[in-house]
Amino acid sequence: MTVRFFIPRDAAAIAVGADQVATALAKAAQVAGRAIEIVRTGSRGMMWLEPLLEVESQGVRHGFGPVDADDVPGLVAAGLLDGDPATMGLHARTLGPVEQIGFFARQTRLTFARCGIIDPLSLDDYRAHGGYVGLEQALGLGGAGIVDVVAKSGLRGRGGAGFPTGIKWKTVHDTPGEQKYIVCNADEGDSATFADRMIMEGDPFLLIEGMTIAGLAVGATKGYIYVRSEYPHAIATLKEAIGIARKAGLLGASVAASKQAFDLDVRTGAGAYVCGEETALLDSIEGKRGIVRAKPPLPAHKGLFGRPTVINNVLSLAAVPFILSEGAKVYADLGMGRSRGTMPIQLAGNVKHGGLFETAFGMTLGELVDDVGGGTFSGRPVKAVQVGGPLGAYFPRALFDTPFDYEAFTAKNGLIGHGGITVFDDTADMAKQARFAFEFCAIESCGKCTPCRIGSTRGVETIDKIMAGDSADDHLALVTDLCNTMKFGSLCALGGFTPYPVMSALTHFPDDFRRVRRFPQAAE
Amino acid sequence: MPDTTADETARAIAAEHGNRPDELIEILHDVQSALGYVPEAVVPVLAQALNLSRAEVHGVVTFYHDFRAKPAGRHVLKLCRAEACQSMGGEAIVELAEHRLGVSCGETSADGRVTLEPIYCLGLCATAPSAMIDGRVVGRMTAERLDALLKEAGA
Repeated sequence: MTVRFFIPRDAAAIAVGADQVATALAKAAQVAGRAIEIVRTGSRGMMWLEPLLEVESQGVRHGFGPVDADDVPGLVAAGLLDGDPATMGLHARTLGPVEQIGFFARQTRLTFARCGIIDPLSLDDYRAHGGYVGLEQALGLGGAGIVDVVAKSGLRGRGGAGFPTGIKWKTVHDTPGEQKYIVCNADEGDSATFADRMIMEGDPFLLIEGMTIAGLAVGATKGYIYVRSEYPHAIATLKEAIGIARKAGLLGASVAASKQAFDLDVRTGAGAYVCGEETALLDSIEGKRGIVRAKPPLPAHKGLFGRPTVINNVLSLAAVPFILSEGAKVYADLGMGRSRGTMPIQLAGNVKHGGLFETAFGMTLGELVDDVGGGTFSGRPVKAVQVGGPLGAYFPRALFDTPFDYEAFTAKNGLIGHGGITVFDDTADMAKQARFAFEFCAIESCGKCTPCRIGSTRGVETIDKIMAGDSADDHLALVTDLCNTMKFGSLCALGGFTPYPVMSALTHFPDDFRRVRRFPQAAE
Repeated sequence: MPDTTADETARAIAAEHGNRPDELIEILHDVQSALGYVPEAVVPVLAQALNLSRAEVHGVVTFYHDFRAKPAGRHVLKLCRAEACQSMGGEAIVELAEHRLGVSCGETSADGRVTLEPIYCLGLCATAPSAMIDGRVVGRMTAERLDALLKEAGA
């Protein structure tokens, strides 16, 4: 029997040598005269184990990782090509059955149920693992019925704002219009986030199915996926998957032999962070500069090309097929408070066990960082974690009892955003991090509103003065005042949320702003 | 004349995209991949083809970080400078690269071999620090790995 091997084609795995491992394995099998099958999957999300090589034995997948191409001869000598777990257990890289690894076993993987398991471009694999059941259900429900199920599930926008998806869909459903659009925001620009990328590379049909259901729900016949140019692998996989879905009659003039039409196009970003803001994104799809629009009108009323538009994050749309196939209640039964269902959380930066961890809302930040993440990669104490990307607050250990929930984070002057957590050890300088927050805002500001455009630059200058020990008290008061202006006076979250990292650094780590560094003589 | 060629290339690419103004960004990506940059001379050409003003096209070209006004070096090395990479010592890698190439981030080495550019997140945040060289992604960057990449690039 042909032994089956699995190696991710996820960009993170490729970045650490997955392609070389696949090549080395194929070559070793050829030399040994053995017929093997290598399936390139998405990533399981255990990034510290990438490249993760899996071999199937009696229906169970055993893992080895992190594997280097140089490890392949040793693995082959240990009996890898026989797929016999008894002998393979002797190798230093042996992890045992992959699904029994603690990090994986304790998750509730609904959105990521297939990611890392199937061949992302095999429609048969997708269907064999429950794919397109949601669409089938949706076709029987009709627009209003679908909207109702999504509303009852309690799903909220996973891009960061947490706006109820059902209400957004209902607004577009109820807005008359000959042409409506579904837009997927795949401009995943926040550092520490990669869940969207993993879905697009590891389970693209899930996103396609979710968008198709959204189209049926609101009466839209055309969808766009706006993917950042920093994600070339995701773009290529999506385009290929869309072609396959079209050929199979799952996209096009008649979706799954129904009377409904729906088709998709991919649009590539061009390196502007602000295009992750929904209205700037719409302008960018229209071929313009990514300038934030004033609201109202809401995109639900006047969105892409002035038409009623649903704009959702990848993870929101990718949650929909499960909700349709398993029912709103199964999803809504998970979570806490008003945060229902699961959240794909991303552990990143200086963390021992970094990767994607999907779980119901409610786990505390401390459990996530210390327990799941295993603390820092460097082995030094955790100083701070930034939750929610470059616009998210820095949390000290003292706030590690905060449960992962939209409202709980808001109450602590933070946000969960797109679910990214960056871990910093005690070598981090929080004044530098605050300076970077302003600097990043200055680089990426679209320039439409003054608090963001000018405030960010003045912020960098003022932090520089503080770091140089120049009237620190006065300048700290000035930064606080500036943050207040930016928070309440900016048009969108870029200028409006930059105060979160700045003020949290200032509030929780005041000592870092009192240390004079560049010009010690100025301290006197 | 190189400019005539650039004009023709731009016109052909715009036509491939049906001269649709909403495809301007896709067109600019294609122009850059064909020519290595977006020469100023193609701005009026594209404006005419897409029925836009020159100001509108110029605005788009200069708004997005991806589009280059000058040709890049033979190799383009992008180093991530966002938070997750910072937490893993990414800034030290940037400094080292600047030192090795004798340039600041955003510049091209004197011999024209390597352009060093910042990038804000490649989505490889759990295998940081991250880099991209000529479109190829590289994770877990170290000083040794940087030197190996620069050697490959002949710098």
